[in-house]
Amino acid sequence: MEFIDYYKALGVDKNATQEDIKKAFRKLARKHHPDLNPNDKEAHKKFQQLNEANEVLSDPEKRKKYDQYGKDWQHAEQFEQARQSQQERHRNEKFSGDFTEGEFSDFFSSMFGDMGGGSFRQRQTKFRGEDYHAELQLNLTDVYKTHQQVLTVNNKSLRITIPAGVENGQKIKIKGHGGPGINGGPNGDLYINFHIINNTKFRRDQNDLHAAVDLDLYTAVLGGEIIIDTIDGKVKLKVNPETQNGSKIKLKGKGFPVYKKEGEFGDLVITFQIKIPTNLTDKQKELFEQLSKLSPKK
Amino acid sequence: MIVLDEFCSSHHVEVSFVRSLEEHGLIETIIVNETLCIQGDELSKLEQIVRLHRELNINSEGVDAIINLLKHIENMQNEITLLRNKLNFYEEHQ
Repeated sequence: MEFIDYYKALGVDKNATQEDIKKAFRKLARKHHPDLNPNDKEAHKKFQQLNEANEVLSDPEKRKKYDQYGKDWQHAEQFEQARQSQQERHRNEKFSGDFTEGEFSDFFSSMFGDMGGGSFRQRQTKFRGEDYHAELQLNLTDVYKTHQQVLTVNNKSLRITIPAGVENGQKIKIKGHGGPGINGGPNGDLYINFHIINNTKFRRDQNDLHAAVDLDLYTAVLGGEIIIDTIDGKVKLKVNPETQNGSKIKLKGKGFPVYKKEGEFGDLVITFQIKIPTNLTDKQKELFEQLSKLSPKK
Repeated sequence: MIVLDEFCSSHHVEVSFVRSLEEHGLIETIIVNETLCIQGDELSKLEQIVRLHRELNINSEGVDAIINLLKHIENMQNEITLLRNKLNFYEEHQ
C-alpha cells in the first residue's frame, strides 16, 4: 500500500483553504476528466486520485484525520480496524448499499474504510466505469469476411461480431462491456484495437489490394490470357498485346471489402513484371537476332 | 427510449439544460404521446454531456465546443491510423 500525498495530487500546500482546494480540484479535474481523455488509462487513474484527494481534503473531519495520520498510515489502519470492529453493527446498517470495492486506493480504504466510501458515495455524482482496452491480432484473411469471435475479457467470455474490412490499428468500441460504473453510474466501454497481420501476397491500401504478377515476354508482346490469384480465388485475365513492364491494370471489385458497407469492395491493382527469358537455345538466339535486325534502331 | 423528466430527475439536471442542449443541436428529443422523450441511441451522448456539466461545471456552450473538439480528435486519430497504414504500404514496397 503506497502513501498518497493528497496535497501534492491537487498541487496545493498544507495550509490551503477550502476555496484553494476546490479551485485546484476543478482545474485538474477539467484536465484529467475521463470524458475529455477517452482511451487514456493514465488520465482515468489520475482523475480517480483527484476525486479521492478532493473527497478527503474538502471534508474538514477527514482532512484532520489525514493530516494527523497521513504519513503514518499504518497507525491509522490499526486505529481504523479497532474503530470498525466496534462500529461494525452500525456500519452494516448504514452502508448496505451497492458500494463497489476497489474503486479507491488501498491507502484511501485504509484511512477511511467503508465509512469514508459510504459518505463519498452519498455526495459523489455517478461515475462511469473504467474503459477496458484489448488487443486482437487477426490475419488479413480473417477480416475478409464478417465473422463472430469469442473473446475473454477480464475472465468473461464475450461474443463479438468483427465486420469485414477492419483496418490495421482500427479501434472498435463495445458499449457497456468495460468496468462497472461507480455509485450506479454506467459501465465503461470495451475498446478493441485490431492488429492485422498480412498473411497474403497482396499489399493492402485501405480497400484496394495490390499485387505484382509475372508475365512472360511472349505474352507481354503478343497478348493472351493468364490466370491470376485474387484474395477470393483465381480469375482469368486478358493481357493486351505490347504490355509494358510495370504497367498496371485495375480489377474492379476484386479488392478488400469496404468496412460496414456490405457488398462493396475495393479494387485489385495488378502490376505486370515482365520476365526476360534466360538460357536461350541457339535457335532462340538466332530468332531474336533476326527480330532485332527487323526492329528500327533508336 | 426514456422520458425526459425521468432522465432529468435521476441525473439531477434541469429539463431546461437538456432543452438548451437541443437548441445547440447536441441532442435530439422526440415527443411520444405528448411526452418529451430521449431515444436510446442518444442516451450515452447525453450522459456524457451531463457528466461534463455536473462534474466540471461546463455550460451548454462549453459542452458544444468540447464535443466538437472530441470529434475532431477522433477524426484525426482515424486519419493517423490510415496514414500509418499507407506509410507501411509504401515501406513494404521498397
